[in-house]
Amino acid sequence: MKYGPTVGEVLQAKGVSRRGFLKYCATTASLLALPPSMIPRIAAAIENARRPSVIWLSFQECTGCTESLTRSASPTVEGLIFDAISLDYHHTLQAAAGEQAEAARHAAMEENDGGYLVLVDGSIPTANAGYSTIAGISNVDMLMDTVKGAAAVVAIGSCAAFGGLPGADPNPTGAVGVQDLVKDKPVVNVPGCPPIPMVMTAVLAQFLTFGTIPDLDKHGRPLAFFGNTIHDRCYRRPFYEQGKFAETFDDEGAKAGWCLYKLGCKGPTTYNACATVKWNQGTSFPIESGHPCLGCSEPRFWDKGGFYQPLSTGHFGSGAKLGGAAVAGVALGVAAAAAGRRRQAKFTKEA
Amino acid sequence: MTSLSDIEVQAEALHCNVQPILNEVLHALDRLIDTGEATTIDLAGLPFAPGELEALEASLGSGEVSAQLDALGTSSIRETVYPGVWWIEHRNVYDEVVGRYLEITRIPEILSSQIADICAGRARLGEQFE
Repeated sequence: MKYGPTVGEVLQAKGVSRRGFLKYCATTASLLALPPSMIPRIAAAIENARRPSVIWLSFQECTGCTESLTRSASPTVEGLIFDAISLDYHHTLQAAAGEQAEAARHAAMEENDGGYLVLVDGSIPTANAGYSTIAGISNVDMLMDTVKGAAAVVAIGSCAAFGGLPGADPNPTGAVGVQDLVKDKPVVNVPGCPPIPMVMTAVLAQFLTFGTIPDLDKHGRPLAFFGNTIHDRCYRRPFYEQGKFAETFDDEGAKAGWCLYKLGCKGPTTYNACATVKWNQGTSFPIESGHPCLGCSEPRFWDKGGFYQPLSTGHFGSGAKLGGAAVAGVALGVAAAAAGRRRQAKFTKEA
Repeated sequence: MTSLSDIEVQAEALHCNVQPILNEVLHALDRLIDTGEATTIDLAGLPFAPGELEALEASLGSGEVSAQLDALGTSSIRETVYPGVWWIEHRNVYDEVVGRYLEITRIPEILSSQIADICAGRARLGEQFE
């Protein structure tokens, strides 16, 4: 197996001082949602970690996930984590094409057999192998061939995790996620449309630092980022509990920044870290900008009814989920649900 | 109406996090005084409402010591009006905040000269005499 320099050596070669390294480790602890008391352990682990080889496969996708990662003006400290991996194949970013590119993929697989990471964005069509091919190889064949010698697979974005938009009803290509095909390797799902760049970085940082994958929830998502609902961590939640809701996008409640539950916010049933990690270098997240959460990190979010219909109108199907949505502000939630149903009835009647 | 800024938006202020964090700082100061144990509070994981972080910063104020570190971007290390409570902000080379912490300690570790840097500096100085 080919091993590159240690991360400590990479940082030293870049002229990073020990103070700079401590700053790097503090930010990595934050990324991994680890307590600051872990910083010395992280420093010791990172210093001696070897650069892992990474093969990135893109299938039925819009390149939004790659854009999210590369156009996010990655902070230098996070950027260093990417310097600390060896990205050996990524057909959007690499200069090589065709046979040369495929040769690079095979070389990385052979040299790092058993130890490389495979990152996948995009869903995989199963209805007909010809729907999506790269260098004449079907997506299914390329995936199954590449993961053979992988240590783990990371599904980046809701398409790779759950089928995403290509898998939306009626799913003409028979699109599926990585976990539907790869059964004999650890699969980490980092869903989102697109996913939060920092979450992608954190999974790499964990592998780099401890050589392990993070603890996962029932959908294979890292618990550190997907352990709470958007609603649980939303700064507008006190308004939900006070029964203060925006009824339209331009009413007084909307202007006052009240809860967006009645405008279709899927925060109560959506697990993600947008409310704390935020977007655009920590500027804000959709709810802070006045728009309800669409629930893009949940399986089959495209097929769960209108984005602007309240959860309480039943498009999420199960009574259990509705119960969960309204659990905190019981009386207020019920009132909101009733109002939501009235609103939907009105829409139906008008239609 | 000619621009977005003409829309009157006055978000109702929420400062739910400020008091609990100040309480946490109080308990951390007790530990520092009683046992010498330092505490770091990572502010990145908390769901701050707009303006809430500024309210927390204002309530802690600025004390006697303030330092700037230049390593992978600048960092500001500032003692608050409460001795032993330090407000630390790490920025990258684009001047974006990448980490924000409250350290309750006598002196933040990152301000101390590090042995590895001392050795490298000693070697550089030594070269002048070769």
